[in-house]
Amino acid sequence: MGILSQQEAKKIIDKVLSFSKADEMSVSLSGENVGNIRYARNAVSTSGDSRNVSLAVTAVFGKRTGTATINEFDEESIKKTVARAEELAKLAPENPEYVSMLGPQKYPETKSFADSTANIDPDKRAQIALDSIDLCRKKSVVAAGYLEDSAGFKAIGNSKGLFGYYKTTSVDYSITVRTEDAKGSGYVVRDFNDVSKLNSASLTQTALQKAMASTAAQAIEPGRYTVILEPTAAAELMRNMMSNMDARSADEGRSFLSKKGGGNRVGEKLFDERITIYSDPMDADIPGTPFVLGDNTVDGRAQEKVVWIEKGVVKNMFYSRFWAEKKGVKAIAAPSGFIFEGGTESIADLIKSTQKGILVTRFWYIRDVDRQTLLYTGLTRDGTFYIEDGKIKFPVKNFRFNESPIVMLNNIEAMGKPMRSGGNMIPPMKIRDFTFTSLSDAV
Amino acid sequence: MNRRDFIQQASIAAGAFIIPVLTPGGRLVASEVLLEPGLDVNIKKRLADAGLNAATAKGASYADIRIGRYLNQFVITREDKVQSIVNTESYGIGVRVIVNGCWGFASLGEAKTETEVAKTAEIAVAIAKANAKLLAEPVQLAAQKGFGEVSYKTPIIKNLFEVPIKEKVDLLMAVNGAAQKNGADFVNSQLFMVNEQKYFASTDGSYIDQDIHRLWPTFTVTGIDKASGQFQTRNSLGTAKAMGYEYLESKPADRITGRKTTLFNSRYDMIDDATLAAVQVKEKIKAKSVEPGKYDLVLDPTHLRLTIHESVGHATELDRVLGYEANFAGTSFATMDKWKSKNFNYGSKIVNFFADKIQPGSMGAVGWDDEGVKSKKWDLIKDGILVNYQATRDQVHMIGETESHGCSYADSWNSVQFQRMPNVSLAPQKEKLSFEEMIKDVKKGIYIVGYGSFSIDQQRYNFQFGGQLFYEIKNGEIVGMLKDVAYQSNTQEFWNSCVKICDDSDFRVEGSFFDGKGQPSQSSCVSHGSSTSRFDGANVINTARKV
Repeated sequence: MGILSQQEAKKIIDKVLSFSKADEMSVSLSGENVGNIRYARNAVSTSGDSRNVSLAVTAVFGKRTGTATINEFDEESIKKTVARAEELAKLAPENPEYVSMLGPQKYPETKSFADSTANIDPDKRAQIALDSIDLCRKKSVVAAGYLEDSAGFKAIGNSKGLFGYYKTTSVDYSITVRTEDAKGSGYVVRDFNDVSKLNSASLTQTALQKAMASTAAQAIEPGRYTVILEPTAAAELMRNMMSNMDARSADEGRSFLSKKGGGNRVGEKLFDERITIYSDPMDADIPGTPFVLGDNTVDGRAQEKVVWIEKGVVKNMFYSRFWAEKKGVKAIAAPSGFIFEGGTESIADLIKSTQKGILVTRFWYIRDVDRQTLLYTGLTRDGTFYIEDGKIKFPVKNFRFNESPIVMLNNIEAMGKPMRSGGNMIPPMKIRDFTFTSLSDAV
Repeated sequence: MNRRDFIQQASIAAGAFIIPVLTPGGRLVASEVLLEPGLDVNIKKRLADAGLNAATAKGASYADIRIGRYLNQFVITREDKVQSIVNTESYGIGVRVIVNGCWGFASLGEAKTETEVAKTAEIAVAIAKANAKLLAEPVQLAAQKGFGEVSYKTPIIKNLFEVPIKEKVDLLMAVNGAAQKNGADFVNSQLFMVNEQKYFASTDGSYIDQDIHRLWPTFTVTGIDKASGQFQTRNSLGTAKAMGYEYLESKPADRITGRKTTLFNSRYDMIDDATLAAVQVKEKIKAKSVEPGKYDLVLDPTHLRLTIHESVGHATELDRVLGYEANFAGTSFATMDKWKSKNFNYGSKIVNFFADKIQPGSMGAVGWDDEGVKSKKWDLIKDGILVNYQATRDQVHMIGETESHGCSYADSWNSVQFQRMPNVSLAPQKEKLSFEEMIKDVKKGIYIVGYGSFSIDQQRYNFQFGGQLFYEIKNGEIVGMLKDVAYQSNTQEFWNSCVKICDDSDFRVEGSFFDGKGQPSQSSCVSHGSSTSRFDGANVINTARKV
């Protein structure tokens, strides 16, 4: 069935709603075409292609809700699904936290769809892989990589007149290059909406350079170091911290944003004053989604520009509609991506101004150790380097770290120009007193 | 960003807030649907033959087909509220072929006609032909005799889906009630129930019908001290099992007592465990923060399962050793030269690891793997020496073997099968050794129960693990609770510091739904058996921070 247009989607949603006998009904219709190609040892290992369109109907009677899903759209099937959702709702226990559906909303017109990505075929995927493999075969190094592309649409509607629709495309590409003696390894990961921005040969070249430069790594003592984190390294820790900005958890006393004695820490300065983090669905680098989808039921809130942390002060937190109503505040939803304000310097500039430090290109296997302090552990991977007098001196063995992003964002020395990383805009960061706790022999 | 980000949510030690693991392409259904039979086995055979014939007619030298129906039920609650009851069904077919020495795979949801199946097989052939252009070495598939028409069913007493939802909700409400009555500020509890109905057929002449049942009861209890702003959690000590609802009908004989907390053997009492958790979480808030340094660690199987999983299970996967996972999960320190040397000391002499897919109740237990190889048991580490890996049909020739280990698995009809971890277990010590005897000569140690934070490098050398409960051992006695504990070690060093393993009376099998690997990521079921074991002189760090 592929990607439905706004008119086609609306027609189906209206049809569903016309059969409703429930107090409230919402409909979520989505479709996605996803393809991938994977390679290792300089040869393609697997590839795949899948297409799916699905419809979820939620019926509500009082505070009882029921959801049924289907992937066929003839009138008979739709009728059956509506009836099934209504039956399930009547049987369900009351949900005391149910909040009545939203009426019509005004959604931003986000721009995350690219025809180039929607038109990828297996030959294009093979070519992207081949461009990367070819280079590695010629240089006698070993490539392992993965490309995944998707094109899809989402449409929502409800019995109170709400309707929303958008199309989106995405491309995720990653490449690991290892030297034949397995002593050096380099990695690059990028994500785009538009595949024409992807140049697998050039990204492979960067990974290859990191692999060659990281051979014969020397062991240096773990301890506290000034680190320069490339955006790929910083992204996951920053994303983890931001995913802990839920107001309910904080109000309940089980978050880093819980206040001693009760309540949350909105309005408190928790970070260096250079830290400003916001989200904007209309951002050109990381175009967001126009509305919140919700899990099984339609949420429907419009996404908007929100400042989460301003000059180090916590300004906003995520609220579910239930919790916001209970607390009498605006129900601000979690965004699809965050924008960390940075500076203008390049990574090279940050290195140049560093007397002694470690350049980290990637972290791996990051897991929380203490949710109270957001202490995380993990390891460096695929290229870690010692810096002295503004220059990279030699590659170093990988470290394990134990560190909290809250501490990191208080120990900022400098930030460079933000780069898109995993759907967020993350600057390279220079951070003092970053805690490495042990060494690893892994390459 | 990972499209199937549930894998990330649900990595092996999923925390307090768990997102249902929907089988890709799964649709929501009523609970009665979970009891409806799938396609008749004769229809499945007809569909399979249509696929296999179409593949060979188009030039495949080998083909297999999986016809899968995956049924899930999740009951999710917090305190006195049912948050969600989700039933899902997913049905489809996946066809895998070898053409011109290259693999090809294609899948189709809801495929119920011979024409649809044949067409999917033809797409798989076309993909194989396209990829053959980039081929480096042709696939070498180990011979496998056909088994004809055979079947396997997880031995269960009480079908999970025959138990009314109300009974499950009542159980979780009783669990939550017990926790709150005993001082818990919050409690989240869940039941995960899965039925995989898998039909496999191949051009080797196998037609294998399997009916696999698995469940995972779990909870997280949270205690809060408002005055200090501190909070602590304690997760369930139950585990995931390939069993029916009988796992939750516990008798006193199924419990291990006298060790600071009740531990559970082949059956689990969720209410008892939640009652204890509520008390322990308050004790945890006031517990002594650990002094960092060297300690002898006494590790319960509820904890050791994750250390085994990360440092032995993943390190001995042949696809990692060969480099197929280099771009994601990583490679392995347990390289072929170490295996070939026949003298690589993975662990001390008492360390013996075996792999299997047959232990009753284990998450890996099946009759045949997803490429028609009969389940078996084999050694990975013998008397401390690395002796073998985990391999599939297209890999065994690389380790000089002619028969697959049976490690092929796909998490859905629309995922391609590849090498996945079987159960990997630490064999108990043959000589009698009780828990009490094990700790009596520990001068300065920590007894750890339950798994917590976990992290290991991409070649499986350096790791760090936390836990749920930590008890200080001084001069052979447990003297009190500790907190802020994590230990860091190196795989070879750690397993060589293993000085004692309790006997088989303490052996327990602990499982998970969430072993993640591959791109796109797939989630696999695995268990790890062990008895309480002791590791001397481990490096313990203190994880408390001021922010």
